[in-house]
Amino acid sequence: MTASPLLALAPPPLAGSLLAIAALLALGPLAVLTFRSRLSSGLIYILAFVASVTILVAGATHLWRSDSVESLTLALGLPSLGAHFRLDALSAAFLVIVDLGAAGACIFAIGYGRHETARGRVLPFFPLFLAAMNVVVLAADAFSFLMGWEFMSLASWALVMTHHRESENARAGYIYIVMASLGTLALLFCFGLLAGSGGGYDFAAMRAHSPAPVAAASVLLMALIGAGSKAGLAPLHAWLPLAHPAAPSHVSALMSGVMTKVAVYGFIRIAFDLIGAPLWWWGLIVLLVGGLSAVLGVLFAMIQTDLKRVLAYSTIENIGFVFVGLGLALAFEANGLTAAAALAFTAAIFHAFNHSLFKSALFLGSGAVLEATGAREMDKLGGLIHRMPATALAFLMGSVAISAVPPFNGFASEWLTLQAILLSPQLHEWPLKILVPGVGAMLALAAALAAACFVRAYGVTFLGRPRSTDAADAKETDFFSLSAMLSLAVACLIVGVLPGLVMDAFAPAAQLAVGAHMPAQIHDRWLSIVPVAESRSSYNGLLVFAFALASMAATVLAIHWFASRSLRRTPAWDCGFPNPNSITQYGAGSMAQPVRRVFADFVFRAREQVDMPAPGAFEAARFRVDVRDRLWDALYAPIAGLVAFVSDKLNYLQFLTIRRYLSLVFASLIALLLALALWP
Amino acid sequence: MHGASFDIAHLLAGALVLVSFMLLYQDRLYALLNVFALHAVVLAASVAWQAYVQDAPHLYVTVAIALVLKAGIIPIALHNMVRRMGIHREIETVGGIGATMLAGMGLVALSMMVMLRVTAGADPLAREDLAFALAVILLGLLIMVTRRNAVSQIVGFMSLENGLILAAAGANGMPLVVEISIAFSVLIALIVIGVFLFRIRERFDTVDVHALDRFRGERL
Repeated sequence: MTASPLLALAPPPLAGSLLAIAALLALGPLAVLTFRSRLSSGLIYILAFVASVTILVAGATHLWRSDSVESLTLALGLPSLGAHFRLDALSAAFLVIVDLGAAGACIFAIGYGRHETARGRVLPFFPLFLAAMNVVVLAADAFSFLMGWEFMSLASWALVMTHHRESENARAGYIYIVMASLGTLALLFCFGLLAGSGGGYDFAAMRAHSPAPVAAASVLLMALIGAGSKAGLAPLHAWLPLAHPAAPSHVSALMSGVMTKVAVYGFIRIAFDLIGAPLWWWGLIVLLVGGLSAVLGVLFAMIQTDLKRVLAYSTIENIGFVFVGLGLALAFEANGLTAAAALAFTAAIFHAFNHSLFKSALFLGSGAVLEATGAREMDKLGGLIHRMPATALAFLMGSVAISAVPPFNGFASEWLTLQAILLSPQLHEWPLKILVPGVGAMLALAAALAAACFVRAYGVTFLGRPRSTDAADAKETDFFSLSAMLSLAVACLIVGVLPGLVMDAFAPAAQLAVGAHMPAQIHDRWLSIVPVAESRSSYNGLLVFAFALASMAATVLAIHWFASRSLRRTPAWDCGFPNPNSITQYGAGSMAQPVRRVFADFVFRAREQVDMPAPGAFEAARFRVDVRDRLWDALYAPIAGLVAFVSDKLNYLQFLTIRRYLSLVFASLIALLLALALWP
Repeated sequence: MHGASFDIAHLLAGALVLVSFMLLYQDRLYALLNVFALHAVVLAASVAWQAYVQDAPHLYVTVAIALVLKAGIIPIALHNMVRRMGIHREIETVGGIGATMLAGMGLVALSMMVMLRVTAGADPLAREDLAFALAVILLGLLIMVTRRNAVSQIVGFMSLENGLILAAAGANGMPLVVEISIAFSVLIALIVIGVFLFRIRERFDTVDVHALDRFRGERL
């Protein structure tokens, strides 16, 4: 690729990124000093935006020029280790994903942040959160990685706890911090195993020696637990639908759209780069977990009535898609099918990129709705398309993209993932041959349900009549918020129309991870993408877009041409009952009912109860739905119960006498020494 | 390592263990403090021999610290405390002396088993030294666990620390800084515990730690 002279003048991307990260870190204290001033919010967000764009440009420059790997060691952190940073294609790809979402959230926040009541709890942590995510992506030793990771968890936890006086938020924060600590612990073990007894905590040392098979499998499982819990993989997703909606909306967008991608990056870095050659059954585990997450996530998204929670559950679904792609890539790589592995990997990373775009747009849209109406419950919204037309447009584009409708970007990446699944007969192992198509069916189910889910979310929120006075009085949001949402939504469309451009940009990352990359797509005639061979399948976003535009225009013209002349006004059809009350509309609960009933016993353990008043009584009939999360009951509740039981019993240890403490220490020392002496 | 120098090192370290046993059954405070001074002297001799054999002059600093601080200042200070508090009466042990001695022997056997197994192939002098040092440490802990009187618990703690010094001196090339910092921490521990002792006695008229437990309303 030719480098333009302008790019040649830019500073080295890695150093530039690190400087921008340092600037973000400095913004935290600045925010602490200035948050009382009215101007502070805008200033901090503008500066954070500039820093994010700097890093974005650095990452994009690296990808665009296909630069060689850049490394840098700073004398920070552990004295013997230092802080290693490295910018390779994989890091660069994720820098782009992270900072594109971050830049969008910053612009949105310039407008949205003005209405924040607890500025002092948001402004200091927001830039730190951005900095931490970038540190994780650039880190090249376990210490810096974990520092960044933990910093990211804590900063986002602080942001989740912004409005901590609401009891639901406090619970969300508690569950989040417990799960985040668990994840970090798993990653700590993971790096410990990778470093081996030699203690090489530098990624280069880990890459140089590959662990024994058992250790490698444990590393993969630990990475799956550590990174997967952060990304929201089932069954470790419990915190995500609680924590993501609790934060201020631009932070929700960051957590859902961006932080989950950092977790995906962590998994890719460990599973594809540091471990060494994979075994086939690793892919199987990742595939199954991904498929399970996709289906469970979308099913739960389908029945939520809180708009932000719908989006959070849908994040779990999309992360499931990404991990299915990664699992396939592992399986193909283990089988030596590098071209297929490159396809699956590119699909995964492309979907991660797309999800960061449309999920950010959707969360920002829900933030705009929340700010305009004060409501997150869909049953209090409705009819917003007339009151907030631009927000409605952005949300519609995001919904269409996330529902995988062509020509938007969600379709392109989900289509690529399914193309990779269609290559599974080439795999050698029978369990994979049998199960991968099953996972494909799960993905198809998830994609279909996602469309239903967003038809419901969009329809109930923006269409129909307002269900509350707040919704009826809503006003369109400000310029900055709108421009952030609309630019992200337009980016979804552009990427969907020209998917080859993005896939080519991610090719070096695939090369690094699986040792091969897909054939260059953008040079193809008519900008089609051809994942395997032209005889097999190809997709042309531009063509679909042109066709959609042309047919829409033709329809509009035809209607106006033939129908406008015979236009007459009549009362709208009223479904048989002319009751103008907004409660007679289809609501969030009623649109979820079919899905809830189909999966009632199997997934939700849903119980519907109708209390009819006695004949002659005047009170209203009540319809109650009780939904339980089976995973919570089966996995989390017993663990929580066990912990409570054990700590209750161990509480007695808090009140021993000095000599008993000494005796305890002594006894445990003796026991350990005895174990050492008697160990065969 | 020649036969003779090895034997002498062995002898001195063994003597330290023996003195630890003497500490274990002393049931009068003055006698306990005197034996503790002896403990420090034996430690000094042992470390001095190591310094001579290893040709490591900085270890002589350790010797000086041990002699001045542990054989001199600390026992004298503790003597003064005991006299001023008027507690030179008999001290009781938990469990009989016979049982305690048997437990001590068990600990020595355990430390031999552990150390000789773990350090197979190491320098034989360091090996023996480490085994004895571990025995001294464990015996010090045993003293702390079996005593009720705060003064004798301090003595147990200090003898434990002597075991650490013995282990460190046996290992070739321990930096002096470590040694000095250990010595200072012990000194500070003495001061803190001394203050603490007087405070306990002021309040409870005894330095028997039982009184503390009773104060906290604990069953024993």
